[in-house]
Amino acid sequence: MANRIKIKKGLRIPLLGEAEETLRGRVTSEYVRICPEDFHGITPKLAVKVDDAVKAGTPLFFDKNHPEMFFASPVSGVVTAIERGEKRRILYIEVKADNTIQYEDFGKKKVDSLSAEEVKKAILDAGIWFLVKQRPYDIVAVPGKEPRDIFVTGFDTVPLAPSADFILNGIEADLQTGLDALAKLTTGKVYLSVSPKITNKGLREAKNVVITEFDGPHPAGNVGVQINHIKPVNRGETVWTLSAPDVALIGRLFNQGIVDLTRTVALTGSEVKQTGYYQMVIGTQLNSLFKGNVTEGISLRYISGNPLTGRKIDADGVLRAYDRQVTVIPEGDDVHEAFGWASLSPKRYSAGCTYPTYNKKYRLDARLLGGPRAIIVSNEYDKVFPMDIYPEQLIKSIIAFNIDKMEQLGIYEVAPEDFALCEFVDTSKLELQRIVRTGLDMLRKEME
Amino acid sequence: MKALRKYLDKIKPNFEEGGKLHWLYSTYDAFETFLFVPNTTSKSGVHIHDARDSKRTMIIVILALIPALLIGMYNVGLQHYLAIGQDVTFLTKFFYGFLAVLPHIVVSYVVGLGIEFAMAQIKKEEVAEGFLVTGMLIPMIVPVDTPLWMIAVATAFAVVFAKEVFGGTGYNIFNVALITRAFLFFSYPSKMSGDQVWVRTADTFGMGTGTVIDGYSGATPLGQIATTEAGGFADFTFHGITGQPLSLSDMFFGFIPGSIGEVSTIAILLGAAILIATGVGSWKTMLSVFIGGLVAVLLVNVFAQNTIMEMPVHYHFLLGGFAFGAVFMATDPVTSARTEKGKWIYGFLIGLIAVAIRVFNPGYPEGMMLAILFMNAFAPLIDFYVIDANIKRRMKRAAVVK
Repeated sequence: MANRIKIKKGLRIPLLGEAEETLRGRVTSEYVRICPEDFHGITPKLAVKVDDAVKAGTPLFFDKNHPEMFFASPVSGVVTAIERGEKRRILYIEVKADNTIQYEDFGKKKVDSLSAEEVKKAILDAGIWFLVKQRPYDIVAVPGKEPRDIFVTGFDTVPLAPSADFILNGIEADLQTGLDALAKLTTGKVYLSVSPKITNKGLREAKNVVITEFDGPHPAGNVGVQINHIKPVNRGETVWTLSAPDVALIGRLFNQGIVDLTRTVALTGSEVKQTGYYQMVIGTQLNSLFKGNVTEGISLRYISGNPLTGRKIDADGVLRAYDRQVTVIPEGDDVHEAFGWASLSPKRYSAGCTYPTYNKKYRLDARLLGGPRAIIVSNEYDKVFPMDIYPEQLIKSIIAFNIDKMEQLGIYEVAPEDFALCEFVDTSKLELQRIVRTGLDMLRKEME
Repeated sequence: MKALRKYLDKIKPNFEEGGKLHWLYSTYDAFETFLFVPNTTSKSGVHIHDARDSKRTMIIVILALIPALLIGMYNVGLQHYLAIGQDVTFLTKFFYGFLAVLPHIVVSYVVGLGIEFAMAQIKKEEVAEGFLVTGMLIPMIVPVDTPLWMIAVATAFAVVFAKEVFGGTGYNIFNVALITRAFLFFSYPSKMSGDQVWVRTADTFGMGTGTVIDGYSGATPLGQIATTEAGGFADFTFHGITGQPLSLSDMFFGFIPGSIGEVSTIAILLGAAILIATGVGSWKTMLSVFIGGLVAVLLVNVFAQNTIMEMPVHYHFLLGGFAFGAVFMATDPVTSARTEKGKWIYGFLIGLIAVAIRVFNPGYPEGMMLAILFMNAFAPLIDFYVIDANIKRRMKRAAVVK
């Protein structure tokens, strides 16, 4: 019987557009784009030039500070463009995909017979090390640093989250291999968390790990919350974090000897006509998915990821590196709602009690629904922040960039995603995730 | 609404950078966002937002104040016609009170909002809604006969020196409405205490002319008990302005002399219910103020030396500004303790100190204003220690690791 932890604080936002549990096929696109900005904490250096031929698994770029850390191309084909933005920052690397993918052969390996160094090298060489992230700072894990423990979250609790049972179905063997590989990488433990609803045997009967059951609303599925309840990160310690589907991608490398970054992705959101699950590699252009399948006549917001932490993309944008979900909601910039402050409209959703609550699902748009203010209401963030941390005070110390206070209040334990719900409920409409991201980046600069 | 929207869109360029009226942009924005929900969409972070914003929060507080305001207005009329010995209808009394109070509200809003709008424009920010509540509170916590110019001066002082110099709504240390009252209290004591200021005896815009009857006394119940010669509480009775004895129900429903907002305990309780049900006001703060008051009264009852020390606890809660302060003043989130544990301590000490000032202070029978202002100053200290416990726990954990 797994250890069980009950999460009381948090919020289930009742959104329309949950994905129907049907696999609707595979999505491919002519061009695949990889955006280095998805990978936090690295400085990309190109490993290819335009017109180079690549296979799936060939490095497209590497980290300037850790040249052993490659980033693999998800498809085979020809590099057609390297788009740069301000200060020559690389926006994306575009690969024209072959019809049938050619894979770079890394050789099947038995994890049991490999040493820790060999496992690490295999993942780094294959260019999928980015799947491993670290706390503090919420960045791609620094390979040279020994992690105290490794935490794997087996489920998603974000609004419209894909079902873990569904997306892990059929890849249980890869998942177990991945967990075995992770167990090699730490002298500590590998912690795997599941929710009470999960039945997938790959998670329930996983070996070589400590399983903890987390019961509660979002953010119970956030790895940061789980770490805080199992064994918090202290100053000077490093832990690595992954999600179960990403662990399976690592397992696939060892089982099949190839880099296959195919994910099962949920198409969700109130503006999608037919929701469902699709298989695709990261970087796939999503326009074929949206075409004819979204509400017409209003302005829409396309999101790679979920409505809380996802990234805004264009209608012809791509699936970003860490996402297992694509969401379409109304943009709302064409809506003019009169006297919102007096409204009793059933279309408005509030987590608090200042609006009447209805037991229904809501169609929410991307409006802020208010103007930015100083932090006024107290105890608002705490209610959706189930960690032993004072979120409001931490945010204030980040804004003031008081390093001592940030450390004391637990900055090393948090990632921007942990503040997503706080940002949602915030009466003062502050950009909390951006504040935390900036704070973490600045702190890392100071400390390293 | 569509025509209005079109009109707003048409005049908007005048207010934007480079337009003729660009120095009124904050004002334009305040009215536009009052009429229509802004359609700006999120640029970073979460893509969806809760419908609650600052405007909604403040409107709920104003809604919660309305019952106390209405009964307060009626009571102004009631006391007035009692004082001049005329028997008039319910509506006449209310209308008299309405006319007497309305100028106070107008002056407080015009002065305060005027400063807020100007400051917002200077700082090129949106106009914050905080003063919508403050502006309503100010007329409710001063005597009905306070001259309008005094309210104007005090409001201007409080908004500028208690709020704007700290950075505006959300940054102030002291409750702005209470600073207004404290300013009046210390600058113009003759207009803020004693037994001449609580009942309006003059006519209002020609309404309710008459002369005060014989035996009239305008002292508030708390004023009476503070100055009584009676040997003990058993020998003492509260009496109304014409000498009639006051019952507990008079005090509960609010038919006693006092500031406009504070008299009716039932209306305040109704407001408390609204604040708690919507989650806008903290029930922890409110409850702990009453607990603090209860503990203090029980203590002084035990060691009672005079009449006011013997006064039972329910009188303390029904009379004066105790309930009003607990529900509407102590719960101001900006100036109160911000941690949940801190709120218990903060509220408890307010109740305790308010009773202490009432009972032990010979000159002035009310303690709520000073108790809350005093604890406003200490709220950050309370939070500091609450948070420090969390920090110590974390540091200890880290030390074990090393």
